[in-house]
Amino acid sequence: MAGYYVRLALMSFRRNPGLTALMVLAIGLGIAVCVVTLTMYRAMAGNPLWYKDDRLYAVTFDAWDPEESYYNIFDEPELAHLPPPQLTYRDVNALYESDIPERKAKMYTPVSVLTRTDGSGKPEGGHVRATTKDFFAMFDTPFLYGGPWNDAADRGPEPVIVLSEESNEKLFGGENSVGRTVRFNDREFRIVGVVDDWLMQPRVYDLNTGPLADPNDASIPFLWGEAMELLNAGNTNCWKPEPIEGFKQFLGSECVWTQLWVELPDQSARERMQAFIDNYARDQKRGGRYVRPLNNRLTPPSQWLVDNQVVGSDNRLLVGIAFAFLAVCLINTVGLLLAKFLNGAAITGVRRALGASRRHIFLQLLTEVGVVAAAGALVGLGLGALGLWGLRALYADPLRAGGYQALAHVDATSVVSALILAVIAALAAGLYPAWRIGRLPPASYLKSQ
Amino acid sequence: MLRMQNISKIYRTDLIETHALRDFSLDVNGGEFVAVTGPSGSGKTTFLNVAGLLEAFEKGAYVLDDEDVSRLSDDARSRLRNEKLGFIFQSFNLIPDLDIYDNVDVPLRYRRMKASDRHTRITSALEIVGLASRMKHMPSQLSGGQQQRAAIARAIAGDPKFLLADEPTGNLDSLMARQVLDLLEQINEMGTTVIMVTHDPELARRAHRNVHIVDGQLSDLKPFESRPAAMAADQTATA
Repeated sequence: MAGYYVRLALMSFRRNPGLTALMVLAIGLGIAVCVVTLTMYRAMAGNPLWYKDDRLYAVTFDAWDPEESYYNIFDEPELAHLPPPQLTYRDVNALYESDIPERKAKMYTPVSVLTRTDGSGKPEGGHVRATTKDFFAMFDTPFLYGGPWNDAADRGPEPVIVLSEESNEKLFGGENSVGRTVRFNDREFRIVGVVDDWLMQPRVYDLNTGPLADPNDASIPFLWGEAMELLNAGNTNCWKPEPIEGFKQFLGSECVWTQLWVELPDQSARERMQAFIDNYARDQKRGGRYVRPLNNRLTPPSQWLVDNQVVGSDNRLLVGIAFAFLAVCLINTVGLLLAKFLNGAAITGVRRALGASRRHIFLQLLTEVGVVAAAGALVGLGLGALGLWGLRALYADPLRAGGYQALAHVDATSVVSALILAVIAALAAGLYPAWRIGRLPPASYLKSQ
Repeated sequence: MLRMQNISKIYRTDLIETHALRDFSLDVNGGEFVAVTGPSGSGKTTFLNVAGLLEAFEKGAYVLDDEDVSRLSDDARSRLRNEKLGFIFQSFNLIPDLDIYDNVDVPLRYRRMKASDRHTRITSALEIVGLASRMKHMPSQLSGGQQQRAAIARAIAGDPKFLLADEPTGNLDSLMARQVLDLLEQINEMGTTVIMVTHDPELARRAHRNVHIVDGQLSDLKPFESRPAAMAADQTATA
């Protein structure tokens, strides 16, 4: 009977094309708004490192102003219990020396320009990450060519560099560039690896420039920052009135601008690492550097996203509003369906007289609603893709890929979400009208046809 | 057979109660052709709706083909309507979106029959009413008489035991009305019990038996003389 019902549904649409189009549009609009907000929400709320939540930890501790909590200066008193999200240069180096973590990565984003060493091509202003070799394994960075550098390169530091696929495309036309050199600022670096297409959203390992910030264009060993006196291109926050006249003084200042992540395989390692940080903090306090109470943390990715307010209340409110809008669309659809079904009540009466039970009528009308929903889902996906494209046009840096651009496509999850939403929406909108029409006394409509 | 005993049917609104049938009792034997007459509002259509299991009733008992159908679920009533009853309406009630073939197919669809069996029954029914060549026509492409014949084909396609006709010639001119009545007689002769509500004295006279309803009750008054079944059969045979 399902095929028969679908055929009847299509015939019914031909009978009332305007009304049908209105219903499809109502469901489609509601679904489109939900798809756009859910895609945004998922991109910002999803924890891409969920499977490492019991291993990876961001290291923070409170070396901030004794007079005021870090977040109070940003007018975020609800976060006042948290230490600053970044570390000072000397703290990151001191804590990095611990041999407790299985892996560890310190990092920051220096100001940088990449160019071909033969002078051809235009310089590429880039987001280069100064980090240590474990970064790639800790955050599961896939490699297209080559791989990460080694310990010696970290210690050297040796002039080695890992390019992103996009940088490799721009500088070398996508060829395997491992072994070739590239000019980073005023120095030549040897390419040891090219990262495959990789976009972590939200960018858990560094949320300082926003959860949907662009991926790295390249990575170099951390110590090059100091060797080449590379200023930080990310956030730098200072509280202490201290003279900073040169790069060396900046490195020794109380300004926070570096990050440290550690990989701890079990509870025991975690406890030992926590003790290591606490002891370091106590030593510093004894030396008269810290005044604030001990507030040292090892924060897993999921909590890190919460602490950094990656999913803000605005975002949740937006999802709520989107679903409220869908509800309004559905209520309208219920009205339209009732009008449409009542318009065909005489035919329903004839079918009842000829042997259709209430169940038959209910299923027939629900199939009709299902076909409307399927059409609504398609329209919703189309409008949703348009909405995401609009978001990209509004927010993306037109010269760069990644970031919001990654939101500009409707992926499999969005399609499945839209279909599930459409089915639920159709059931919600169609149940009552289909049930109501099935209960109409057929005799009263037979005379009226 | 069809047996109604002391059936009461009341329509209620906030303000009034209308007793459409009062202690209504009637027996119709298998193979009969019964005409039901009466003034407007007397309860003829209500009787037909109750007989056709389209409406429930408050009191009394109703046995259809040896089955007590007084208190059945909607599913059971629908199944009986589909298998044992055929309906013909004054305004034909063909479904305008479906061609004649698909209109006749409607009751068979609810029987879960195989497509080949349905096809056999549809073509056979359309041949009986003389519309085999117009099965792909839409209802709007047919005359009133042809539409009513299509409706009759739909009613008999499922091979029902009872055919319930509500003013089947009410919207037809006299020539077409006679053709439709001839068809009903032919179907009756094939063994189907026909119960026909009508205002038309000529139609009523051609039935085996004439039942008159006044104020929701059977009346002893016989305004039209019916022909005996045998005579009616003879006349049809010589026609």
